Amino acid sequence: MSNDTLPTAQLGDPTQARADRHSRRRNRLAHVVTHVCIWIGVLLSMFPFYWLVTMSTNTTAEIFAFPPKLTFGTNLAENVENLLANVDLIQALLNTVFVAGALAVLVMFFDSLAAFTFAKYHFPGKNVLFTLLIATFLVPGSLSLVPSFVLMSELGWIGSFQALIIPGAANAFGIFLLRQFATNSIPDELLESARIDGAGFFRCYWSIGVPMLRGGLAFLGIFTFISAWNDYIWPLVVLVNPQRQTLQVALQTLNSIYLTDYGMVMAGALISVLPLIGVFIIGQRHFIANIAAGALKG
Amino acid sequence: MAAADTRVRPEPGVAPVPVVRRRSAIGRFWPQYLAVSPFYLLFLVFGLFPIAFSIFLSFQDWDGIAPMRFVGLAQYQFLLSDPRFWNAVGNTFLIWFMSTIPMLFLALVLAFLLHQNIRFKGFYRVAYFLPNVTSMVAMAIVFGSIFSDSFGIVNSALTAIGLDQVPWLSSEWGIKVTISAMVIWRFTGYNAIIYLAGLQAIPTELYDAAKVDGANTWRIFSSITVPMLRPVILFTVITSTVGGLGLFTEPQVLLGDNGGVGEAGMTIVLYQYNQAFTQFDFGYGSAIAWALFIIASVFAIINWRLIRERDTPRGGRKKGASA
Repeated sequence: MSNDTLPTAQLGDPTQARADRHSRRRNRLAHVVTHVCIWIGVLLSMFPFYWLVTMSTNTTAEIFAFPPKLTFGTNLAENVENLLANVDLIQALLNTVFVAGALAVLVMFFDSLAAFTFAKYHFPGKNVLFTLLIATFLVPGSLSLVPSFVLMSELGWIGSFQALIIPGAANAFGIFLLRQFATNSIPDELLESARIDGAGFFRCYWSIGVPMLRGGLAFLGIFTFISAWNDYIWPLVVLVNPQRQTLQVALQTLNSIYLTDYGMVMAGALISVLPLIGVFIIGQRHFIANIAAGALKG
Repeated sequence: MAAADTRVRPEPGVAPVPVVRRRSAIGRFWPQYLAVSPFYLLFLVFGLFPIAFSIFLSFQDWDGIAPMRFVGLAQYQFLLSDPRFWNAVGNTFLIWFMSTIPMLFLALVLAFLLHQNIRFKGFYRVAYFLPNVTSMVAMAIVFGSIFSDSFGIVNSALTAIGLDQVPWLSSEWGIKVTISAMVIWRFTGYNAIIYLAGLQAIPTELYDAAKVDGANTWRIFSSITVPMLRPVILFTVITSTVGGLGLFTEPQVLLGDNGGVGEAGMTIVLYQYNQAFTQFDFGYGSAIAWALFIIASVFAIINWRLIRERDTPRGGRKKGASA
């Protein structure tokens, strides 16, 4: 870079003025290049979403046309109508909202309870228990696909929501994360004075722990909700009953059966994506910051 | 509550040394144990037990209905000589390689660009992160249409500029490129956001000092940015490896349970699913799961070694990293 100007350089020095102009022009060029690259990235990132909306608003004939129609059409209502006539996507949507919502609530409750305890209480065996908790991170999930399925069928949970909700109702990741929050954000003095006022353990948790963990809980709730919404392989294995299908499974069934009606399949895909985008955009501040922070500390 | 236990009954003739009558830990700390117990109970039943059971299953021949038959190491012997399994291993690594390298490179460049003093940073962050949180089934369907052989927009674009069409979904390389494209699309922004957070944690004095010393942009990037980001880069390599080894949704939705033409999109997890839940060979499915576990462990050890070897001599991690 050419801004190796010494502070002593005389004002009005013609060589210097030229160098300055040169450097400013270079900076502006760099600025433009930066923005062009960033926008190419944004467009590539967004294009599949745009294309999804385009396809779900066009007729299948228009989608198959050459060259393909790149703009929104007027067929959305009809595609959705066909969709609802062929599959019970509303049921699948409700199922997914129920499963993801229940998981988010349970995870927030059990994880915060454990995290609060680990952060603010001493009890025999605490360190051993916490080390065990960390060790479970090493246990890979994909290993247990087959035996978990067998277990579910022994329990009679195949085709039921318990199979999706109960095993994930508390997790090490969330406890670990919330414990960091609790250690930093809940002052011991506050708990001390609550105890002096006669508050028991659960009262302390509910009246002090939960309100002070709000930020971490918001992140954990959104994170769990999104993961549960997107989970595919486990519901695919466990939910054999079409009445109980989640969106992802219903969508894949739709995709493999109705190959010819692309507009309809895309309308289904759109319905499965939109609520999620809504949840993400509402909670994105908590979400992105925590994901990035987790990577730095991890 | 605890105060009640330390109350000492004064006895005549005995010095008032507080004799604490200890109740058992469970009795005193039951709320604490109760509060942490759900995780451990669930882990025991739905985490640990299935894993132990899967070792057992991998030594059996079982279709889920007929009685199990103990076959010893036969599943593993078969696995070692099973060309379909090795094809799946090869595919998984090829796709991982084809996606991770461009993805992390692009993410680094993007993060570097976003780190400049620009406006609308919040908007860009959301735009780049969005692919990572959307339903992969829906997006695999969308990618299937974008890369469709006959009417896909990619082939239309190729035709429009006078190039030959590529059979993306019906050729072995086309399939791998399409799956890699999906992975790259989904995770580049995610990794860029993580790098960006790493960049923001690098003290600006370092850059200022380099500029005073007359370093150019490339020099600054290669001598300060990349070395300072090393721990974060390793984190993304590890998460990409874990994700890459577990690849399932993309090939399954795009190509079905058999991984498409020549099983070119058959990954290890897809093969496990295929064997266990479409062929009902639970024993073999479990053996595949354990093979995957061994492969993943080898990679975890390599990664861990890499981190340790390089970090020990320099010691200590940077402090005060704030996102």
